[in-house]
Amino acid sequence: MTTPPTPQAPSQRQAPAPQYSPQPAPAGAYTSPIPVRRATLADAIASEWTKIRSVRSTMWTLGVMIVLLLGIGLLATIAVNTVDSDPDPDLGSTPVLSLGFFGVLLGSICVITLGVMTIASEYSTGMIRTTLTACPSRARVLSAKAIVFFLLTFVITTVTTALVAGMHTAFIDSAAPSAGDWLRATVGVGLYIAMLGLLSLAVGALVRHSAGAITVMIGVVLLPLVLAMFMFAESLSDLRLALFQYSIPSQLSALYSTSVADSGPSGWDPLWIMLGITAAALICAFASLDRRDV
Amino acid sequence: MIEAVGLTKRYGAKTAVSNLSFQVRPGTVTGFLGPNGSGKSTTMRMILGLDQPTSGHVTIGGHPFRSLPNAPRQVGALLDAKAVHGGRSARNHLLSLAQLAGIPAARVDEVLGVVGLQDVARKRSKGFSLGMGQRLGIAAALLGDPQVLLFDEPVNGLDPEGILWVRNLMKMLASEGRTVFVSSHLMSEMALTADHLIVIGRGQLLADMNVKEFISVNSADFARVRVADGLAERREKLTASLTEAGGRVMSEPDGALRVTGLPLPRISEVAHDSDVRLWELSPHQASLEEAYMRMTQSVVDYRSTADQKAGLQPPADHGYGQPGYGASQPPVLEAPQQNWYAPPPPGQNPPAAAPAAPSTTTADLTERDTSEDAR
Repeated sequence: MTTPPTPQAPSQRQAPAPQYSPQPAPAGAYTSPIPVRRATLADAIASEWTKIRSVRSTMWTLGVMIVLLLGIGLLATIAVNTVDSDPDPDLGSTPVLSLGFFGVLLGSICVITLGVMTIASEYSTGMIRTTLTACPSRARVLSAKAIVFFLLTFVITTVTTALVAGMHTAFIDSAAPSAGDWLRATVGVGLYIAMLGLLSLAVGALVRHSAGAITVMIGVVLLPLVLAMFMFAESLSDLRLALFQYSIPSQLSALYSTSVADSGPSGWDPLWIMLGITAAALICAFASLDRRDV
Repeated sequence: MIEAVGLTKRYGAKTAVSNLSFQVRPGTVTGFLGPNGSGKSTTMRMILGLDQPTSGHVTIGGHPFRSLPNAPRQVGALLDAKAVHGGRSARNHLLSLAQLAGIPAARVDEVLGVVGLQDVARKRSKGFSLGMGQRLGIAAALLGDPQVLLFDEPVNGLDPEGILWVRNLMKMLASEGRTVFVSSHLMSEMALTADHLIVIGRGQLLADMNVKEFISVNSADFARVRVADGLAERREKLTASLTEAGGRVMSEPDGALRVTGLPLPRISEVAHDSDVRLWELSPHQASLEEAYMRMTQSVVDYRSTADQKAGLQPPADHGYGQPGYGASQPPVLEAPQQNWYAPPPPGQNPPAAAPAAPSTTTADLTERDTSEDAR
């Protein structure tokens, strides 16, 4: 062999110089006339991009998300302007950008669905066997999926939240948000939602079943808050507060500088929390993909 | 070259593949035969590193699949024709695989042409028939122009024209010096396509030999010889003379003799010389299909039984004359069903033939059903 057999480690080069190596056939007479080139992570990313853009569920989930974000943002604008018939409407102490929260919370369900489907649909169709035959490196397949999905949802969420934020600041009179507020409400929310989607992708790789993984993820998002609402016992008040502070909707609202609890994560904290959880889940997903039978 | 050594796979208490060792050589089509559930697909998945063997190992060209350099350019596989995302067009499906393997996109249109799907390339594969799905799967296997090819049941669902095409494709691929490993449960198909056969049953190796060798060993023709009734000592005398003359003699339950290794005129001569009167001297031929059925009859996992429709039939004494549809065979037809299958080949008594021949009518029925099932 002229090249070392290390396809397990994905090559990180993004622009591969095509290596036309005269690969000797191991034990047979047939040699393909098509030049042999070592596949890289960039090839896997191109492949995942083809996969994600060529199924309708991508268009549907992301389309519905954009409609939800813009539609709910518009509704919020109209509602605030109608109810507050004062000639000089103001939201009191509530930051104007936080009106985008409602749309993002609903839209996150679309991202969860797409994240799960990105990998679980391969298991439900059996496509994963074909994929892993075409690329035996599990690390490369999972990384490519994660990168393509993350970039796609990050860009779409960020652009849409920026549009909604622009609409709110333009049509609702209020204190002008600072540059930090703007950044958190657009890029911050975009990163947070894209990472939530990655977490779903990891859960999809672990559960290997679309409906099961989507159910798990919706439970993860909504259950802590619902549980906390019904925790009336005094001795549970600490747990109740922690659930309120660290539930995913609360973390999301912290990015908008509002929160159900007065304490808890603030500023960019939610991003670091989500980063940690997502990284851990992706490591588990890789271990599962690497060890378990397909 | 695919090489399996002591390959074993257990799922909990069930052993799917047990201590399987074989080699698949380049330049020939190797058929992989076995009844449903005998472990063919599990073995294929282990070859491709999709399932980890419980013990043993399998290599392709000396490497385990997962550490093979440029795996998709060396190995192509069709595992399951339905293993595609139905919402994706045939072309996009192949394009994503080509990109993943670092194969130029122009190759996609080439293989679509090879399998004859160019007209439906942009249609979603959800609407494909099973035969079109098989063609798409074969296209995916050919994408990397690999030197090792695995096909799991490639002719399922194909029309006769498609079956002929697959047969010729396999032969052509092998003649180019590639290793072609094709699984099937149809002996008749493999007899036409394969050069070499690996037969498994319940995860164990039953045969690993050349097709010609398999035919000569397994489809031995025999002559049935019946001597005049009630003359046991005459029969023994004839048996001795025939054995002396170089034949192999086995006795059937009803007293007939089964003779292999001697032509009919010679048997007649021997009988004449030893002064034994014959009531029957008839030639019998066993097909390869029968040989395969006999070899695997004891390792069939999913065996159908007669549909009794018990309790659903109207009472028999209603003057309809005919017995119910599902009534068991009338005892008149009882015959030694052992001759349903060819005799065990001389000198080689595979484990499959070891169990005593079925003797009850119900067992005969189930066997009959099984054989029809597999045809």
